[in-house]
Amino acid sequence: MRKRIYAAACSLVLLIMSVAVVRASAQDGQPTDDDVNAIAKQLYCPVCENTPLDVCGTQACIDWRVEIRKKLAEGWSEEEIIQYFVDRHGMQVLVQPPAEGFYLFIYIVPPLILFMGILILMRAVRGWRNQGPIESPGLPPDEQDFYTTRMEDELRRRQDDA
Amino acid sequence: MMEKSIPDSKKMKDANHWRGVIAGAFLLLVLALLTLGLLQANRGQLKMGEQAPEFVLNTFDGDQIDTSELRGHVIVVNVWASWCTTCVFEAAELEQAHQMYRDRGVIFLGVDWSDTDAKALEYLQRFGITYPNGPDLAGRIYKEYRLKGVPETFIIDSAGRLSSVRIGAYASLEEIVQAIEFALDS
Repeated sequence: MRKRIYAAACSLVLLIMSVAVVRASAQDGQPTDDDVNAIAKQLYCPVCENTPLDVCGTQACIDWRVEIRKKLAEGWSEEEIIQYFVDRHGMQVLVQPPAEGFYLFIYIVPPLILFMGILILMRAVRGWRNQGPIESPGLPPDEQDFYTTRMEDELRRRQDDA
Repeated sequence: MMEKSIPDSKKMKDANHWRGVIAGAFLLLVLALLTLGLLQANRGQLKMGEQAPEFVLNTFDGDQIDTSELRGHVIVVNVWASWCTTCVFEAAELEQAHQMYRDRGVIFLGVDWSDTDAKALEYLQRFGITYPNGPDLAGRIYKEYRLKGVPETFIIDSAGRLSSVRIGAYASLEEIVQAIEFALDS
């Protein structure tokens, strides 16, 4: 029993110490992993296609994250760091390229295609509605008369029999 | 009644016609962009004998080297990165080759792709590389030379034509020497 209490007390002390260490490092002005990842997720890995930097495990990405951490510690702002990577490695490192120049197409073309698709669909639906209900051609009038007459004769005959 | 409906239907026809023209033009524009993108992506490798793209390298030492001013020299352009595991296999041999050919006017240039300065300088120091090296700013050289990865080495003859391309690391110093000799002879 005493051992259990001792173990629990030790665990509690360790927990408090670890929280204190984390807080201390944050208060020291050292960038946290969250600070680094907030920037890293806005950049793509240079080696793997379409993999954001914050979730990539390649050496290149690890080095880039170290670079981000270093620059944050030096007091660089988020915008400055991102601009540094763009200047250094090109616009393709950005997860979200700016809506300017050629990149404007990325933002304009897909919604425009969607809009045109909706427009075409709406016109088609309107066209279908204007057509009205489809009527069955049915039997020609003389054939219809023939069957009606037969039916009526049959009913009359049955009534007479009864 | 009839007089009114005829111009109306003409107007509608005109409107439909213009709508069709605009939609067609838009579709053509999208197709042209897609085709351009595909062509750009599938340009393939640079061909031997083709004029090598010129570039300016801003070295880690602060110098600027313009390859257009190096005409008359054989140039060895090695594209590498410190995180690249196969680049290390040829790093020392490239420096050896540089020492062998520096007096014969062969210029070695190292292009560091998608790297950090600290790691790149560490790498250069580790392998004792003395020839000029610099970052590939905005990945321009990588694009111009249509690389698919690193390492790749391009040897340019004295007339500025591409003499050889090595995809991946050289297996030995002899291979580097052979490629340089070929460029010197051509």
